[in-house]
Amino acid sequence: MKMEEMIDTYFRPGRLPHIWCPGCGNGIVTGCIVKAINKLDLQKDSVAVISGIGCSSRASGYLDFNTVHSAHGRALPVATGVKLADPGLNVIVVTGDGDASAIGGNHLIHAARRNIDMTVVLYNNNIYGMTGGQYSPLTPEHSKATTAPYGNVEKSFDIPTLVKAAGATFVARATTFHAPLLADLIAQGIAHKGFSLIEAITACPISFGRQNKLGGPGDMIKWQRDHGLQLAAYEKLGEEQRAGKFPIGVLYKAEGVKEYTEAYDELIVAAQGGK
Amino acid sequence: MLKIHINRCKGCGICVALCPKKVLAVSEVEKVMIVNEKDCIKCGQCEIHCPDFAIFVEK
Repeated sequence: MKMEEMIDTYFRPGRLPHIWCPGCGNGIVTGCIVKAINKLDLQKDSVAVISGIGCSSRASGYLDFNTVHSAHGRALPVATGVKLADPGLNVIVVTGDGDASAIGGNHLIHAARRNIDMTVVLYNNNIYGMTGGQYSPLTPEHSKATTAPYGNVEKSFDIPTLVKAAGATFVARATTFHAPLLADLIAQGIAHKGFSLIEAITACPISFGRQNKLGGPGDMIKWQRDHGLQLAAYEKLGEEQRAGKFPIGVLYKAEGVKEYTEAYDELIVAAQGGK
Repeated sequence: MLKIHINRCKGCGICVALCPKKVLAVSEVEKVMIVNEKDCIKCGQCEIHCPDFAIFVEK
């Protein structure tokens, strides 16, 4: 299917143009989600898209699947409920950096710990864009934000390392510049049985780029091109050469770990005396 | 051939920045416009990176 056809098929009719600012990468990431769904040839009714609150979470309103636009940070608990109610669904969680790692940070580590079969697409734009550019746990150290006018003194989370440590079994990262890779990683995440997280590095030219003088949308996407390195290439670099660069691709994958809904079904059978 | 949905375009200029053949430009009213279609090599960089689903390459 061509991209234009995919938009007509998987987006709710009459909802474009979307609300995101000029140059915002969220549209590219959302496009990659529908490319992944198309690649796997999933039926629309077999997909549930759950989102929290924030710029990125608006995506659920544009997509023509089973969708829930839930409360701030609570996309994962809602998704957990949806998955337990119907384990046959392909549950995709759309969330932002603040939504997933601050307000919903606790839910993130516990969903990962349970290894429940869902795919989290974390739109990382380094800032709370919708509310006016406050710093989030993924704002890089020394970057400016409206709540950090002299630069952010806090260190940021490394999300892939965090969720891997918490128990996720598929962890990947790509940028909006590497959109074909991003679509492929989301498809791999959906196909993976267990908790998958794909960190999508996306540009926020208005609330983040402007405060930090990163140039326009074109400059920000070129920055992604120049700083994202395939994991194999990244690992070959020395400590000094790695400064400012980040690895992309499949960062971690574990097979053979018990998935939560399966374990739950087994428990129900056991509790009923094996009937 | 490039197909443009002008109502979706917000004039961010990502397609202009990434086009290797300088086929595109942003007009005064902040919409994409084709300035040099004969040089287009149909690489698809504009389509892949357009956040607004406003430009498509028809092969």
